[in-house]
Amino acid sequence: MLEIRSLDLEVDGRPVLKDLNLTIKEGESHVLLGPNGSGKTSLLLGILGFPKYKVTGGSIIFKGEDITGLSTAERVKLGMGIAFQHPPVIRGIKLGEMVDLCKGDTSQQITQETRTLAKKLHFSDEFLERDVNAGFSGGEIKRSEIMQLMAQDPDFVMLDEPDSGVDIENMELIGDMIGELLHRRIRPSKRTASGLIITHLATITNYIEVDWAHVMLNGMIACSGNPNRIISDIMKGGYGKCVRECQKTMDRI
Amino acid sequence: MRKGMSEDNGPDIGKYTLKAEKHDAKDLPEIEDKYKQAFLDVGYDPQGAERSGSFLQVDHSVLCSKVMQEGVEIMSTTDALEKYSWLSDYWWHAVAPGKDVYTQQVDRKQTHGYFLRTLPGVKTTYPLQSCLFIGQEGLSQNVHNIVIAEEGSELHIITGCSVAEKVRSALHLGVSEFYVKKNAKITFTMIHNWAPEVEVRPRSGIIVEENGVFIGNYVCLDPVKDLQMYPVTYCKKNARATSQSIIYASKDSKIDIGSKMVLSGENSRAQIISRVVAADHADVTARGILIGSAPNVKAHLECIGLMLSDTARIYSVPELEATVKDAELSHEAAVGRISEEEIAYLTARGLSEEEAAGAIVRGFLNVDIEGLPAALGAQVRQMIRMSAEALE
Repeated sequence: MLEIRSLDLEVDGRPVLKDLNLTIKEGESHVLLGPNGSGKTSLLLGILGFPKYKVTGGSIIFKGEDITGLSTAERVKLGMGIAFQHPPVIRGIKLGEMVDLCKGDTSQQITQETRTLAKKLHFSDEFLERDVNAGFSGGEIKRSEIMQLMAQDPDFVMLDEPDSGVDIENMELIGDMIGELLHRRIRPSKRTASGLIITHLATITNYIEVDWAHVMLNGMIACSGNPNRIISDIMKGGYGKCVRECQKTMDRI
Repeated sequence: MRKGMSEDNGPDIGKYTLKAEKHDAKDLPEIEDKYKQAFLDVGYDPQGAERSGSFLQVDHSVLCSKVMQEGVEIMSTTDALEKYSWLSDYWWHAVAPGKDVYTQQVDRKQTHGYFLRTLPGVKTTYPLQSCLFIGQEGLSQNVHNIVIAEEGSELHIITGCSVAEKVRSALHLGVSEFYVKKNAKITFTMIHNWAPEVEVRPRSGIIVEENGVFIGNYVCLDPVKDLQMYPVTYCKKNARATSQSIIYASKDSKIDIGSKMVLSGENSRAQIISRVVAADHADVTARGILIGSAPNVKAHLECIGLMLSDTARIYSVPELEATVKDAELSHEAAVGRISEEEIAYLTARGLSEEEAAGAIVRGFLNVDIEGLPAALGAQVRQMIRMSAEALE
């Protein structure tokens, strides 16, 4: 699905990713852990091709195609989608219209399909009339982002901290919906959607099982492996210890 | 004199003619057919469906003044002056005839205008519609309008001003005086659709009596050569007034708009909201002044501009003046460009950068219009949306 080869990425002339390699196969879901400022969000936005994130070396291959030079809209059309952590408020565009936009419907009439989807995410019809992200609570932002992704139905799903600042009730719903997006509720052999999830405290892994975990430090993937082991190492000794332990085993390989 | 409001730079009245071809009521079907689209674009439906009445003036000829609901009066102000001797109490009462050369010209050389009135206690089921239209090149249309909502009545108006497609240059001078009586309400939604060489000078005064409500909405999304207006609203005890303007200024448009709210009655409330987009070489001045001179008055001014070009200009002038200690006045003004973050967000949902920018501008202009009856509100939103779709 996604193959990142020796990627160097800059933001405003400042290097944020160095020689980064990552492969995500069809049907796989990965979590990305790491301290603040280690470059996790930059990686997601780089994969998505935001203009501010400049590739200075390496390449990004998506579904067998080199997309390094493509615009964000082109990448999205190929089947990428993202749930942002801090999306901006857009005045005058209603949440319902935004969900329709995600399906490529620009009629600006909120469709029945969207209303049905909204119910699934516990949003009322009135809520769909609100300007996108205007005065949304933390949990509402997460649910709204996931609802937009579900309308888009991408093959490759990126989620930037879908589990931060969410109360337990919302978390269960969010876990369910992410599980659906990432085909976690069907047999592994039938899964076609892939995912990359940034998570600070790995809370999301209590709700869905994932295939791989990676730890990012200083713009590099410092270690990768079995999610249970990596998460428990981090919980016990922090990122540094995890990476040291991890590198010992990786050296042995 | 405020900066940029010098009369010297304004339209030269002498350039325009007052001689207009006379249109007859029997020409109405032909005229309605010919200009149907232009009328519809400014909210005037020649069929008059879901309207409590219609007024249509083309050049200097009043072609239609039709009442569809009892207790509503619609006629030209010329006829109204003949019919009602008491009208002199309202004539030049909310606007001073000597205010400037344009009011003087309307005083001396008036060419009709509309008189709209609801009798005491009457509430219009549907809005009244009016249209002031210029079909002749180089014409000066000098209307004087009077709108009265008698005690306890409710009057909703949608009014459009426009020119025929073939007209390049013309002058529209319009004096409008509004009287909202005790416990009455007027909503007035005005849509302008001019042409790049048309000059426009509306001069309006609004008096809102005790417990009265006035809501004025102004929409102008097409180019105009030079437009300046500055309606003044006087709020008596417990009165409420709102002024909202939605402007998309493009090409070489020069627009100077604003509102002045005088809160002279205790416990009165007012708000001014404006959304201005400036593209191409447009030059927009967005003003607003709140004057609090009675106890417990409260008013807010919000003036937001969006710049789309390096050759455009937005000059925003919010002003507050309090002369009593219990006045609560506030303002919020901002001018900026389309946020890159917002564009990126929409491209992440599959829109191209151009589509994203268009959606953001449309959203910016898509202000919730408060206080209108639901059907009218939906219609006005739909019109703004359709006009915004056609931009760029």
